[in-house]
Amino acid sequence: MDFIVDAQQLGKTFEGKAGTVEALRGIDLQLEPGEFVSLIGPSGCGKSTLLRLIGDLLQPTTGSLAVNGKTPQQARIEGDYGIAFQKATLLDWRTVQRNVELPLELAGVEAHARAARTDELLDMVGLADFADHHPWQLSGGMQQRVAIARALSQRPPLLLMDEPFGALDEMTRESMQQELMRIWRDTATTVVFVTHSIPEAVFLSTRVVVMSPRPGRITDRIDIGLPQPRDSGIRESERFFELLTQVREQLRSSDSVS
Amino acid sequence: MSSRRLIPPVLAFAGVIGLWEAVVRLFDIQAFILPAPSAIWTAFIETWEIVWSYGFRTLMEALGGLLGGTVAGVLIAGAVARWSTIRLGAMPFSAAVNAMPIVATAPILNQLFGLTSPVSKMAVVAVMVFFPVMANTARGLAEVDPSELELMRAMAASPFTILRRVRIPNALPFFFSAMKVAVPLSLIGAIIAEYFGGPQDVLGQYITNRAQLFQFPDAWAAILVASLLGIGMYSIVLLAERLFMPWHVSLRLQA
Repeated sequence: MDFIVDAQQLGKTFEGKAGTVEALRGIDLQLEPGEFVSLIGPSGCGKSTLLRLIGDLLQPTTGSLAVNGKTPQQARIEGDYGIAFQKATLLDWRTVQRNVELPLELAGVEAHARAARTDELLDMVGLADFADHHPWQLSGGMQQRVAIARALSQRPPLLLMDEPFGALDEMTRESMQQELMRIWRDTATTVVFVTHSIPEAVFLSTRVVVMSPRPGRITDRIDIGLPQPRDSGIRESERFFELLTQVREQLRSSDSVS
Repeated sequence: MSSRRLIPPVLAFAGVIGLWEAVVRLFDIQAFILPAPSAIWTAFIETWEIVWSYGFRTLMEALGGLLGGTVAGVLIAGAVARWSTIRLGAMPFSAAVNAMPIVATAPILNQLFGLTSPVSKMAVVAVMVFFPVMANTARGLAEVDPSELELMRAMAASPFTILRRVRIPNALPFFFSAMKVAVPLSLIGAIIAEYFGGPQDVLGQYITNRAQLFQFPDAWAAILVASLLGIGMYSIVLLAERLFMPWHVSLRLQA
């Protein structure tokens, strides 16, 4: 089986004015196609750094990393992943439609095909009526949906998400999680999802990777065997609470180690 | 703009003019101290052709200098934003040039480019507008949201693509704020440069000449033309701003 992400003994050290900081040490992580993996841990555990190594936005200091069977750089250049940040990071001067089609435009896709794909994507995130709006005319949740649509525009095999719902209120957050589940099922994309929130990680993931800081490392991997497709009913199930407890205890014990 | 919003500025304008007229008449103020608005208006109508043709020449000097200073400012800003060595060299130098009182250099630039040539006046204007345009545009090109840069990198965008799709649109609001400063500066620069000599058929010379002859209503009529030119140029900047960046936060309420 080919892994979509294959990290072996990955390490990252930052050299700063305040000295060197070991952000990640000895990361082994293999992702199979179609998985939804959350990286969870306290601030400074290196979860965002790991996401950026996969996206070739940072380069590892040690170890090896393959993305979609290629070097991370090759994977980035070939558009093998889409990315969404905590901030929607939409370009203010572009309409919703032109924001979504930006990756296609940069990849040289012709206008006709771009428009067709953008319509499809806006339908998928329920924003077809907002194509001609500007980002600042939308709510935070809607902006984030535009960002997700943009990340998926090239049908990438991998979706990287860095706390995409972190700035949203609880109600919006839950409905966005619901929507992400649906999109993930429909697109069969592999997702790496960075989060602070235990319920979010458990609800979304097929696997939760627990990390701890100083230096950032993986302390546990918890398979989330909740049935698919998931809907909000699952949040009240006993199994859900058991998994919440399991992740929480793992976070706590790895915290006390450091 | 709704007509309701037009009422306060119109009232303020009419009030000031009315008060001015009333004070001059009531206290019988001599025309060589302060002419009444009605006298200025009469002079404006009587000298209409002269003041507008002189105004046109002054306008050409202002526009020529504005164009030169703006083009130079934008080009240097691009280089400054791109290469940090250039930034280290150019910024203190430009700030020093900007700190120099332009009035002090006007006579020199007049000699340098020829007293009778409009180019000498344009040079004064260009030096004046260069710095605000350069400094603002450089900031706009450089101060891009880091996550936007990360996003562009994730999409494998080249530096040129990033410049075109992110940095230049990001710099537009900065550039337009600079233009709102540069446009009035350009008229001030042109008229000041004219005070230091040169052809007589320009606003600056006309104002000094008429003032020396105690023809103050004529001088004021020329000032009125200069103001109208300034308002016109400023309005064009506002219009261009709406045209080129209707998405910007400062224009959203009207949108």
